[in-house]
Amino acid sequence: MATPPNADQAIALNRFGLGARADDTAPADPRQWLLGQMDHYEAAPAAFASADTSAAIASQYREDRADLKADAKDDDADAKAAALKALRQKGQELYRTEVAMRVASALTTPTPFLERLVYFWANHFAVSADKPQVTILAGAFEREAIRPHVLGRFEDMLIAVERHPAMLFFLDQVRSAGPNSKLAERVERNGNKRKIGINENLAREIMELHTLGVRTGYTQADVTQFALALSGWSIGGLNAKTEGDETAGFKFRPPMHEPGPKTIIGKSYPQQGEGQARAVLHDLASSDATALHLATKLARHFIADDPPDEAVAALQAAFISSRGDLPTVYHTLIDLKSAWTPQPVKFKTPWEWTISALRGLGMTDVTDMPVAPMLNQLGQPVWRPRSPAGYDDIAASWAAPDALVRRVEVAQRLTRKLDIDPRQLAPRILPAVSTMTATEVGRAESLHTGLALLIVSPDFQRR
Amino acid sequence: MIHRRQFLRFAAAGAGSLLLAPHIVFANVATERRFVFIIQRGAADGLNTVVPYADPAYAGLRGDLAIDPATALKLDGTFALHSSLAELAKMYAAKQALFVQAVASPYRDRSHFDGQNVLETGGVNPYQLKDGWLNRLVSLMPKSKGDAIAFAPTIPLALRGGAEVTSYAPSNLKEADDDLLTRVSTLYDADPQLHALWSEAMQARGLADQQKAGQSPQDVGRTAATFLGRADGPRIAMIETNGWDTHSAQAGRLGNQLRGLDALIAALRDGLGDNWAQTTVFVATEFGRTAAANGTQGTDHGTASAAMVVGGAVKGGRILSDWPGLSAKALYEGRDLAPTLDLDALIATVAAESLHLDPELTMRTLFPDRPFNKALSGLISA
Repeated sequence: MATPPNADQAIALNRFGLGARADDTAPADPRQWLLGQMDHYEAAPAAFASADTSAAIASQYREDRADLKADAKDDDADAKAAALKALRQKGQELYRTEVAMRVASALTTPTPFLERLVYFWANHFAVSADKPQVTILAGAFEREAIRPHVLGRFEDMLIAVERHPAMLFFLDQVRSAGPNSKLAERVERNGNKRKIGINENLAREIMELHTLGVRTGYTQADVTQFALALSGWSIGGLNAKTEGDETAGFKFRPPMHEPGPKTIIGKSYPQQGEGQARAVLHDLASSDATALHLATKLARHFIADDPPDEAVAALQAAFISSRGDLPTVYHTLIDLKSAWTPQPVKFKTPWEWTISALRGLGMTDVTDMPVAPMLNQLGQPVWRPRSPAGYDDIAASWAAPDALVRRVEVAQRLTRKLDIDPRQLAPRILPAVSTMTATEVGRAESLHTGLALLIVSPDFQRR
Repeated sequence: MIHRRQFLRFAAAGAGSLLLAPHIVFANVATERRFVFIIQRGAADGLNTVVPYADPAYAGLRGDLAIDPATALKLDGTFALHSSLAELAKMYAAKQALFVQAVASPYRDRSHFDGQNVLETGGVNPYQLKDGWLNRLVSLMPKSKGDAIAFAPTIPLALRGGAEVTSYAPSNLKEADDDLLTRVSTLYDADPQLHALWSEAMQARGLADQQKAGQSPQDVGRTAATFLGRADGPRIAMIETNGWDTHSAQAGRLGNQLRGLDALIAALRDGLGDNWAQTTVFVATEFGRTAAANGTQGTDHGTASAAMVVGGAVKGGRILSDWPGLSAKALYEGRDLAPTLDLDALIATVAAESLHLDPELTMRTLFPDRPFNKALSGLISA
């Protein structure tokens, strides 16, 4: 098959970027355009100017909860339920605002490749906004633990992620305490029936999902030992009952930590306290298995559902030789020949499709658009994969009959008031547009039907 | 403008599909049997669902999480049902529900994602098979029995594969107009992947016939019943439920989950009316949870769990279990309920007996590398 003209431009804009905007000039040197973005990436762009820190969000939540509790009399079940509902609604409002900021950033960013990497890592370290505390902190999690580290070292991102309150809440780490910890002793001494013990969730998912990858040689005993090493990793603020504990954020609680050395994957960790789990994270981040796991996911995201072995090997080697320096890995990715195959290789996820459609249709301000519910309908609510594995990154997860109809319904809704000529727009947002799409778009009976067809066309559904 | 209903038939006809004249195609359906697979994603806690209240170790292991036998619904001298499963308890009393305890797929490593992969593909190891056992079950049925359907915006792995399936989930979006739908059909015509998906979607929309349905468990049960209840409707369905991963604050969360499941199955039964007599609902999860409660009022990833077989043709009112017990030395790896029954063989037997297929052939097709357990037969009335 002959390479269509402008194929590399289309790939840079669509496969690596967020889709072209109507007013974009196609990059003259597509590879250089991607590399250059690393020089002017902003971790905190203007779109997030009005965002709060997780500490501020958490203390507001704490106050609201206290107020609502005070208002609702203890013996009045209805009032209590109403108060809880009000608190949940407030959380949902904040969530929608956070989603709107994320969309605004995606529509206006001068560094779309790096935004894509932010989404990649946020999905790799997925939290799911199912618990109220995660609903309000998911946006802050991405801003605080992912964005600042996208051009840094993997280990730093890993540590920031595992210490963030959103992750500690999501994976049930907050109250995990060692069975021989000071807290356990105290509880037993007082004859309290409360059961003290660890929760394995965070330890397991760090090894299985965040670092080594599943089936990479660790055992149930390693998971349990790592969970013991993590005991005491908790938070202040949100649910704290004690005075002087208001600062929201990571907090190591020595009385909850299981004393003694732990042996994990054949290595003993003698460190005391907080440093013990940190030392484990350091080793996990530097493992070859982690490099392979991350290389495979990156290659799957940018190259193909079933990525070629040599691409994975090249990315793994870059990760190992640079000791997890992420820009080095991205350079290798852009240099891979297999990343530039002219046929579109990936079926866009609902987020990718929505953002590229909004950009392509020239939208920059979506304040009045219910984007969060729309992504819900399209099957990929933002920060809500319902699973610590994040959203799947293969076509079979997204290309389904009903999902396709919904894209058509959304396309109709997005385009019905627009006054743009789709025949002129097509080559601008799809530099390598197919003859079929161009023809059908041109045959539509109205401008808005033409525009809707353009953004649901086979060319536009893929990248 | 073409009337929407006609358009859908027209679009489907263009796709070379069966919906051109439903009353003809489906008139020769030989079986009226229905099979519904409900997956509990997240490793549902079987020990607090089908509660071994008489096991001497149960209350101690579970501590505050132990289900009080006084509030549970007694099934027999060993087991009781969680109190949120009132409708299922009635079905058990009416001999329409059978509970299976200490059952597991061949998977043993406690990763949700791998565990679900094994459960849904029917392989021995994760990622060994690419398609799902439910899809292969469809392939055993005569083609004219209609497609299988997933009540989800996307197709779950168990239903992915060579046999055609479709999906439907109620949407709050405004429906696209017929002109746009027609043009999209043309645009996708030459794209094999999108063309197939689009044709399926148009068929499903035709079956749904613009009904507006919500997304509560009752609504999902009702919607599934409308599809399965139609003479020309699908005969195999899969319903996904999430939220069973209860590492903390389990008591309330599990109660809600089970209430939802109970309501869903009850709505399915009520919606199916007379067809309930021809229906089998199979409920299973990827693995169970630790026998002991953890330190945060929850349970961690375990091994064996409970499964449910429910429906008008089920020879119910009994528990199927080779109960291993919860004593320290009976626990798998010192922590989990030990598996004593094979979930794969159970699925194959229930599916085969429900749909009048040969059980051994069904086993070979659905779970190619797994032993067939003849002793499990006789679960569904002929």
